[in-house]
Amino acid sequence: MAVLKVLVVDDEPGIRSGVARILRDFQVTYPFMDEAYTFEILEAPTGEDGLAIIERDKPDILLLDNKLPGIQGVDVLEHVRERKYDIMVAMITSYASLDVAIRATRDGATDFIPKPFTPQELKSSIENLTKQLYLKRITHKLKQEGKKVRYQFLSVLSHELKAPLNALEGYLRMMQEKQAGERIDDYATHIDRSLQRIQGMRNLIMDLLDFTKIRLERKEEKIQEVNLAEVASGAIVTVQPYAIQMEVAINLEIRSDVVIMADPDDMEIVFNNLISNAVKYNKFGGKADITIDSSDTDAILIFSDTGIGITKTDSENLFTEFVRIKNEKTRNISGSGLGLSIVKKVVELYHGTIKVDSTPDVGTIFTIRLPKKPINIS
Amino acid sequence: MNKSDITILVADDDPDYLFQTVTNLGKAGYKTVAVESQAEAESVILKFKPNLAIFDLMMENDDSGFILCYKIKKRYPDIKVILATAVSRETGMSFSIDSEKEKSWIRADLYLEKGIRPEQLDQEIMKLLKL
Repeated sequence: MAVLKVLVVDDEPGIRSGVARILRDFQVTYPFMDEAYTFEILEAPTGEDGLAIIERDKPDILLLDNKLPGIQGVDVLEHVRERKYDIMVAMITSYASLDVAIRATRDGATDFIPKPFTPQELKSSIENLTKQLYLKRITHKLKQEGKKVRYQFLSVLSHELKAPLNALEGYLRMMQEKQAGERIDDYATHIDRSLQRIQGMRNLIMDLLDFTKIRLERKEEKIQEVNLAEVASGAIVTVQPYAIQMEVAINLEIRSDVVIMADPDDMEIVFNNLISNAVKYNKFGGKADITIDSSDTDAILIFSDTGIGITKTDSENLFTEFVRIKNEKTRNISGSGLGLSIVKKVVELYHGTIKVDSTPDVGTIFTIRLPKKPINIS
Repeated sequence: MNKSDITILVADDDPDYLFQTVTNLGKAGYKTVAVESQAEAESVILKFKPNLAIFDLMMENDDSGFILCYKIKKRYPDIKVILATAVSRETGMSFSIDSEKEKSWIRADLYLEKGIRPEQLDQEIMKLLKL
């Protein structure tokens, strides 16, 4: 139960006590609100007193008579607007003056309550104000959180970009100072590691491009029939050179020829990432099996490898941006830490699911289900 | 105390940076113990007391360095700790240990941005250890 403070600014004591009486046991609830709201009434006979109470008690709702002994209601309103108080305002007006109404609305009044008003009129006005206040505050909160997430993303990103630069700089300095010896061969490891860090940075930049694509580009006209087997074959061709190096055999089994409505770029991102992971995190001479199947409702994609696997603890954060499992086995594998978070974003965009089953040193299976019927992905 | 009597614990999850730091410190004359994670560092400090520790801020946790500073200072109150990170001030995760308030919760003696030159690092260490 939350309590909202309602300030009534009116020179007629009858109006003030009337409002207090009507709202005493009144409460506002909506299905989408977390809790019910009740009201505490503050009273002010003049605009000047009203402003003092606003400053001191920070009311949530202001019921404001326009015709006051000293400064007028619209002046109070202007003051509230200038100071940017977080208050919902309703004007109480005895005669509907168009002038006042226009000025008041421009200055931020949300509602008008005619005077004299019935209890029901007051209640419905309060209900309306409460709902708007709630929405305004929740929107503000969500915006703040959105900002925070972006901020975090950027700071982690800058960390991820700086780390390889620092490593490169360090190796170059070691070479400049001829720390390991006079011959270029003395620096074979330094050079190998530098090249690997550069590759890692390049991957990060490529993944970032994918990442922004998913976040920004959402074009309905790109949605078309996509044959998943074709996308899978294309991705295998892309990964093949690396698979040959790793001596990993990629096998594609099509149990059901699935066509879904999707942006082909999105599907490519899914297959490219998961197939290249199945090779990258595999063992020499291992296997990567990709299966495309379908149920009545879903396309089912299974990516199974005989690789290094993931522990249960590690798998909990697997889909989080920039999370890379760091251990002996992954040290020499370059990755941006974005791939799986991108895949998950795409899958969720299509209202699908992704899950992972893994046993360390045995292998990992990613299973994706994507609804076959067309969906709205805005 | 001679540099060769001094053991420095270095924790960093970037294997290249760890290798470089340890190499540079070794060249400067110090003994080093290198670990690649917060977890490893935690278990190492239970077994022995280094003369100084250099912790990376972000390892398996975003605040690994802070946690390690806290834990090592709790166990060995007189140990000197350097917190090193590539997280820069301009990203907003900015902090320093210049004010008393910051010192009270960041229990490091020195905060360094990564990319510091080896000679500089050596100097900072000598200053902290009063060599």
